[in-house]
Amino acid sequence: MDLNPRFRFEGFVIGASNRLAATAARTVAESPGSTYNPLFLYAKSGLGKTHLLQAVGFLALERQSSLRVEYLTLEEFVERYHASVAAGQVEAFRRSAQETDLLLLDDVQFLAEHREMQAELLRLTEALQAAGRQIVLTCDRPPGEIADLDERLVSRLSGGLLVDIAAPDFETRLAILHRKTAERGVEMPPGVLETVAEVGASNVRELIGFVNRLIAFQAVGGGSLTPEAARALLTDELPAAPAAPPPGPAPRLPTRPVPVEPDEFSAFVSVVSTTVAQTVEAWRSRIGEAVLRWQGEGYRTRRLEQLLFSEEIPDIAGELAQYAARVEELRRLAGEAAAFDPAAAGHACFRDPDLVEEARAFTARVKDGVEPPPPPSRGLSFAEFIEGAANDAGVRAARAVIAEPGKRFNPLFITGPSGTGKTHLLHAVGNELATARPDAVIACLSAQAFTDELVQAIDAGRLEWWRRRFRRADALLLDDAQLLAGRDATQEELFNLFNAFTDAEKQLAFTADRLPAQLSGVAPRLTTRFEGGLVVELAPPDRIMRATMVRRLLAARHVTADDAAVEYLAARPADSARAVQGLVNRALARMDPASETLTVQAARVAVEGRSQRPSQTQAISVVVPAGLDPVMGSREKVAWDWPGVADRMIEELR
Amino acid sequence: MSLVNFTAREITCKIVYYGPGRSGKTTNLQYVYSQVPADRKGRMVSLATQTDRTLFFDFLPLDLGTISGFATKFQLYTVPGQVYYNATRKLVLQGADGVVFVADSQLRQLDENIESLQNLQANILEQGVDARTLPMVLQFNKQDLPEELILSPQELDEALNFRNLQTFPADALHGVGVFETLKGIAAEVLRRLSQGGGGARRI
Repeated sequence: MDLNPRFRFEGFVIGASNRLAATAARTVAESPGSTYNPLFLYAKSGLGKTHLLQAVGFLALERQSSLRVEYLTLEEFVERYHASVAAGQVEAFRRSAQETDLLLLDDVQFLAEHREMQAELLRLTEALQAAGRQIVLTCDRPPGEIADLDERLVSRLSGGLLVDIAAPDFETRLAILHRKTAERGVEMPPGVLETVAEVGASNVRELIGFVNRLIAFQAVGGGSLTPEAARALLTDELPAAPAAPPPGPAPRLPTRPVPVEPDEFSAFVSVVSTTVAQTVEAWRSRIGEAVLRWQGEGYRTRRLEQLLFSEEIPDIAGELAQYAARVEELRRLAGEAAAFDPAAAGHACFRDPDLVEEARAFTARVKDGVEPPPPPSRGLSFAEFIEGAANDAGVRAARAVIAEPGKRFNPLFITGPSGTGKTHLLHAVGNELATARPDAVIACLSAQAFTDELVQAIDAGRLEWWRRRFRRADALLLDDAQLLAGRDATQEELFNLFNAFTDAEKQLAFTADRLPAQLSGVAPRLTTRFEGGLVVELAPPDRIMRATMVRRLLAARHVTADDAAVEYLAARPADSARAVQGLVNRALARMDPASETLTVQAARVAVEGRSQRPSQTQAISVVVPAGLDPVMGSREKVAWDWPGVADRMIEELR
Repeated sequence: MSLVNFTAREITCKIVYYGPGRSGKTTNLQYVYSQVPADRKGRMVSLATQTDRTLFFDFLPLDLGTISGFATKFQLYTVPGQVYYNATRKLVLQGADGVVFVADSQLRQLDENIESLQNLQANILEQGVDARTLPMVLQFNKQDLPEELILSPQELDEALNFRNLQTFPADALHGVGVFETLKGIAAEVLRRLSQGGGGARRI
């Protein structure tokens, strides 16, 4: 069912009776699944349950448009279930329901009539909670009072946060009336709305009905409405206000029976009402309204209330503007803090305009406290990465990711034997992403570091902080995913992060020395997700790539080499970049310190002189004296493997 | 006394009926009391002597219900008019938001009226309040008596109203002018709210 665009937080008048519910709903909308899950709102009819429920949906979608939000009344939910049963598609129904990121379920009191649905809802709630997905329910009574409700469901529904919404008080009623008349572009004479608010209504719908009646009365009569006429118009129609004094305790709201002929006392009250409306509600009323308004928005109004007691008339416009400016500053700071830590925006200092300085300091602390996750290593740039036939597919995939992060290949899974450039490519992608969007937070680290940080966070009781730290990243690049094996908690966290990232279309990339399916000890829910993106394999460098590597390595050490030397080194069997580097290092170590050129001879001596072969017998490294080089230039003349002592003795005995 | 409490959304007005003995202050309150609808009637406290002279003071709380969102209460007090009860008069006058001076229209009571008015001024001054800023109205009571016995409102105005206050001719016994007076003082008191301060300004 579609959300009704009229039901947003902006249109919800907040008062003392519903502040908690509204705050909880907003918190849930801002970070679904992470705070109050499930959130259970209950209230009598017409007090704004559905409004809040749908407002949660709107705000959540505004924040994260990729979220799957579903708003259903219980009846619709039941109908869908029944339809799926009829079509033999129950499993599809369950799967679909369980994949909802934010499920908004209205009017669950009707569960009492649908016993068969209770088990289904229990299963769904459990599944959604387990997957970190949010569920918000509304009802006209707390779960414990829903007749015949399964005990397990009662405890499950009560396990998150239960909030009730009470009937609006006078101030809230007045604020609602002001808003409703303003929405319709109608202006009421002074005192009329106050009178209507006094008459009272048990719910908001009734209040809106009053407004409609007044507007109709004004339109038909053409004249302006007085507070007394408004009261007469409304109380006449109130069933609780009979002409005769009611038996038993007098109803609270119709304070004065409407007189048949005006008596002196009523006339006096009327005069006082008019005078109060004209005087008390003059400058003080402007402040009073501002107090109601800002309190309604959840701000403390001590500063304004103090003005009401001042002896002299204060500079109202100036004071109100100053207050509004402070609120604006608080909002800005709260937004800034929320970017680092969504929960921090709920801090009390952001609700008190007297505490702007504290809010500023708090924001600074939040910003300091949340360091960004480890960035990619600057040294491993794309420019340095040596491309070739062996890694062509990987490089092309990486380019596609850099061009459209989070859109095309998400996740990108780079696999290949050790030393084929996986880590380099991963960091290179990270660096390119950071260059393209300097404000983006790129997390690039090894799975080992990821686990270590998680363990530290759990130790220090800062798990939430750790989660926030990674959640705020715009891309997560994890090296050596094979190290996740057997780390259940890490896998669990990564799974949640994975989902959050893919939902938000943030890029994920992993490297491992084997294919996802071969990652033993890693949960299938992760490996299947790894496979869901693009898996590219990097092969060991071929001869051309090795030649390029040798040239680069030598250039980095400011050494020149003749082509033969380079070719010689490139031709050596080396299955990784590290092996090539080892060869070059050995050659450089053998080089004449006075010379700046590496010759093929020097390379050959260095490589072949140091090479080791596997041996069944005792291996003894041979140190070849420099002077013997010409003699021992050929491998055939060198005995690499000495026989064992016993063998040798037998030989000698013979 | 705090006249308007915006935090508690309350308006409380203390109005004192002042005047010479037997000018009809208690009668004013009794008439007001008689007009209060049964379901809103509080208790009128009257401490009177056997001859119905006010011994200490009368107190009539009036709960006007919620007006513009404010729980509005008027507290009407009378003072004993006799000269020798001045200490009580001072006590009752403390924290008054408005004063109704009930003058006896009888010709022979003119001096008592003037004396009581002077006593009022003195008592107000003694409390450190600028009498010019304290909301006040004059009621010329007993206008129902034969003309030869009383002064006309104009004559009383000239004799007593040197501050150019609002005046109300009345016959408190039959209720004539009682509520007009009350409306008058209520309007004066409430109007002060728009000037930013509650009650009288201290000097």
